[in-house]
Amino acid sequence: MQIIVNGDTREVAAPVLAEALAELGYAGAVVATAVNEAFVSAAARAQTLLAEGDRLEILAPMQGG
Amino acid sequence: MDFYGFIPRSRLFLGTAQYPSPAVLQRAVEAAGVDVVTVSLRREAGRLGGGQDFWALIRGLGVRVLPNTAGCHSVKEAVTTAQMAREVFGTPWIKLEVIGEADTLQPDVFGLTEAARILCAEGFEVFPYMTEDLVVAERLVEAGCRVLMPWGAPIGTGKGLNNPYGLRALRAHFPDIPLVVDAGIGLPSHAAAAMELGYDAVLLNTAVAKAGDPAAMAAAFARAVEAGRLAFEAGPMEPRDMAAPSTPVLGRALLG
Repeated sequence: MQIIVNGDTREVAAPVLAEALAELGYAGAVVATAVNEAFVSAAARAQTLLAEGDRLEILAPMQGG
Repeated sequence: MDFYGFIPRSRLFLGTAQYPSPAVLQRAVEAAGVDVVTVSLRREAGRLGGGQDFWALIRGLGVRVLPNTAGCHSVKEAVTTAQMAREVFGTPWIKLEVIGEADTLQPDVFGLTEAARILCAEGFEVFPYMTEDLVVAERLVEAGCRVLMPWGAPIGTGKGLNNPYGLRALRAHFPDIPLVVDAGIGLPSHAAAAMELGYDAVLLNTAVAKAGDPAAMAAAFARAVEAGRLAFEAGPMEPRDMAAPSTPVLGRALLG
């Protein structure tokens, strides 16, 4: 299915967020996730199902003022 | 004075953005002896994205991190960003920014108070980036904020303290709330002035990161903050309009 990952359209096979993250290349990375503008905790990723067109944001630590 | 139970060694809080390189950032943090730095969250490109190396560098510094919600313009954005930051950085601290105006990066104080209320209720320890408005400050304290961070001047301008009167009034109204001047500081003398007003700390970024020698400037700011604090504790003299001789008049010779 196609979902929007950090603003870009991506194809993922895994329907579960935890697996989709690994498929997208984020296995082991320190990231926080939100689906359709709602925070999804790391603990909830294994129970979070993705649907066609979902908007996934994957954020990581960055420099800030 | 503590910041949600934490007593920093240094009253200088430093931002981590805009340095020429991670090594320069590290030298600046070490040169100033700061133990609180601000960080942010941005989109990550993958397991090998830049965020992972940055986070390893920050953890290696052994400092407290104060994540921000920089760039957020709505309550929802700021609250969601705070929730994501709490998980990634493993801290309830959040520098809450809800920006209301693009040219001045002025805080949207209405959204700020609403977001602060939501986040305090969720157990966050909120450091709100605010104007020096007393009524906004009251609302933020009512919402549960135990630190307030008024701006000195708009972010990145380096203009110093635009409204010393307002900052002094805020200090007088909230003697027991830790106050931090956040944003607009350009020179060590600005930081010293904030501390001389009785502020508990200053938070700055651009003035150090964009200096010709960021580590040297960080050290200069650290000394200015210490000097300003010491001066406040020492009790500054009252200014007066007329001159008053400092050398005793009594015993002056008649020589002409």
